[in-house]
Amino acid sequence: MEENEKLQLTEDEKKLFEDLMPEDLDEILDTGVNRRHFLKLLTLTGGGILAYQAAAAEQVLTRPLNAPPAELLPASIENGVDVSFKVNGAAKKLTVDSRMTLLDTLRERLELTGSKKGCDHGQCGACTVLVDGRRVLSCLTLAASCEGRSVKTIEGLAQGNELHPVQAAFIKNDGFQCGFCTPGQICSAVAVLEEAKRGEASYVTENVRKISGAIPLSDEEIRERMSGNLCRCGAYPNIVAAIREVYSGKPVEPTWKFVG
Amino acid sequence: MRPFKYTNAKDVPSATRLLTANPGGRFLAGGTNLLDLMKEDVERPNELIDISRLGLDQIKTIATGPHKGGLSIGGLGKNTDAANHALVRQHYPLLTQAILAGASGQIRNMATNGGNLLQRTRCPYFYEVSMPCNKREPGTGCGALEGINRLHAIFGWSDKCIAVYPSDMSVALAALDAVVRVRDAAGQERTIPFGDFHRLPGDTPEKDTNLNHGELITAIELPKNNFAEKSYYLKVRDRASYAFALVSVAAALEVSNNRIDQARIAMGGVAHKPWRALQAEQMLVGKEPTEANFRLAAEAAMADAKPLEHNKYKVELGRRSIVRALQVAMDGKRS
Ligand SMILES: Cc1cc2nc3c(=O)[nH]c(=O)nc-3n(C[C@H](O)[C@H](O)[C@H](O)COP(=O)(O)OP(=O)(O)OC[C@H]3O[C@@H](n4cnc5c(N)ncnc54)[C@H](O)[C@@H]3O)c2cc1C
Ligand code: SF4
Ligand code: FES
Ligand code: FES
Repeated sequence: MEENEKLQLTEDEKKLFEDLMPEDLDEILDTGVNRRHFLKLLTLTGGGILAYQAAAAEQVLTRPLNAPPAELLPASIENGVDVSFKVNGAAKKLTVDSRMTLLDTLRERLELTGSKKGCDHGQCGACTVLVDGRRVLSCLTLAASCEGRSVKTIEGLAQGNELHPVQAAFIKNDGFQCGFCTPGQICSAVAVLEEAKRGEASYVTENVRKISGAIPLSDEEIRERMSGNLCRCGAYPNIVAAIREVYSGKPVEPTWKFVG
Repeated sequence: MRPFKYTNAKDVPSATRLLTANPGGRFLAGGTNLLDLMKEDVERPNELIDISRLGLDQIKTIATGPHKGGLSIGGLGKNTDAANHALVRQHYPLLTQAILAGASGQIRNMATNGGNLLQRTRCPYFYEVSMPCNKREPGTGCGALEGINRLHAIFGWSDKCIAVYPSDMSVALAALDAVVRVRDAAGQERTIPFGDFHRLPGDTPEKDTNLNHGELITAIELPKNNFAEKSYYLKVRDRASYAFALVSVAAALEVSNNRIDQARIAMGGVAHKPWRALQAEQMLVGKEPTEANFRLAAEAAMADAKPLEHNKYKVELGRRSIVRALQVAMDGKRS
């Protein structure tokens, strides 16, 4: 089962270990990163390394050191359902309790904790993911109903080390404060751009009888379409700015500046 | 959430048979209402029969029968797809607007047309299992009757239940005289006029609709009409978006030579079902589409309102919303 698979290193990561700690490479490839490697890596990265290495190191450091602890495996499953679906391109096959939501499955069984549980009742949007290309709420989706579907989470948006344009725009425009709502906001925004391109209307779209082709995204359209994603930090103006920037392809002037 | 058996229905006959055989079971469509209520322990099914892969999502012009030339919308299609279908946008823009006024983009991508009709009330006492509620547990009393009833009904309530029905889509369907097509385990089909689909609470608020256990909504049918030019769905809520209606109005007019030939006015947020203002509609026929006439109609529509302690505001809000919705339907100008 998926949970027990060994850590697979990416090409970038392999190169990093080859450069920084060649003597440990074989062991790492064989048994994965252990605590000793981790500490060594920390010292090396702390000492200042090249940018591409820093990026790769960050990836390794933020990944779990070992196979998931036993607690991650469910203690008991009632009414088990076997499901196979894709998550961020990788095939997953697991047995879930019929009550398990997609959100809990991503977070608790597949260690993809990017999608957040804000309310667990469909009211906040923090758990937004893309299923078969459409944004949905993973807290109101049963994992059992995902057979054959393709799920994309915040973890699957970047191409390698290249951020998705919406991710980059959120960083540039300060589209968050605490960051809790951000994965949901970004997944939702990615879908909003596609929905508008496909000509899907919103409640504020004027005369739906006259729509032909893509719908222009005014700030009012962006706000209405993003209204299913709440942000308790109130980063809304900057979230709208980030989306407007990606949509228009033109840099948006920040509404703030550094003092001095 | 309580344990339940999950069953993937293979086809419509087996889905209806499975549900008919199990009084404790439920269909699972988009799950956006049912799973929420199960997490709250309000709904406690012992089996979910997943109907999300049965197809029944086509939208097509009706070729024969009494609704020939009208539109059939699949019961298992998604709200997003119904709202954005070219034929719906062109001929029933009121329905497009009403669907898009509800919930959020994410939820509309999940919610099905049949499931939307069957969503349950948002009465806070219904949701809170420690409170008395005749709808959730018949015979326990109504917590809202003497409680905080700001969100509750002003028409058609009983002392057993004062809840309002929350669907926006259904308000437009009521105005458009839709018909609900259902099928049972024996393969029998029947159609239910929209006005008879949802019920007033009376003495049995636990029953929201006249659908029988085991029946599946296969389609919603819309008769042909001439309202596409002049219609509007107005929704008034506590925040600008992503909230249920305090009051909503689906308004549609057919006008020739500056005279109203036909009018439709349905309200949401005011009763246990979409509330048609039939008398007000009749009053408008033959009149000029002026603000003064809209006001008279709105007065008539609200004349029988019976507000509760905390929702008196809904009477004036309803009156103004009707006038506003008719005005926007008439001239197309929202602001
Ligand atoms: C946060 C939030 C905000 C919302 N805001 C709004 C709003 O502003 N306006 C609005 O109108 N709605 C709103 N909704 C409600 C939403 O529109 C409904 O939850 C949705 O339409 C239900 O459809 P579903 O397919 O998910 O139904 P499900 O939850 O799957 O099913 C609901 C019920 O219908 C039954 N059922 C489903 N399909 C069929 C069928 N074909 N035949 C027979 N029985 C069936 C199920 O057994 C169940 O009992 C909101 C929901 C949430 C969570
Ligand atoms: S209004 Fe109806 S749903 Fe609300 S508490 Fe009373 S009986 Fe229950
Ligand atoms: S956690 Fe899913 S909407 Fe809040
Ligand atoms: S950034 Fe904190 S909730 Fe949105």
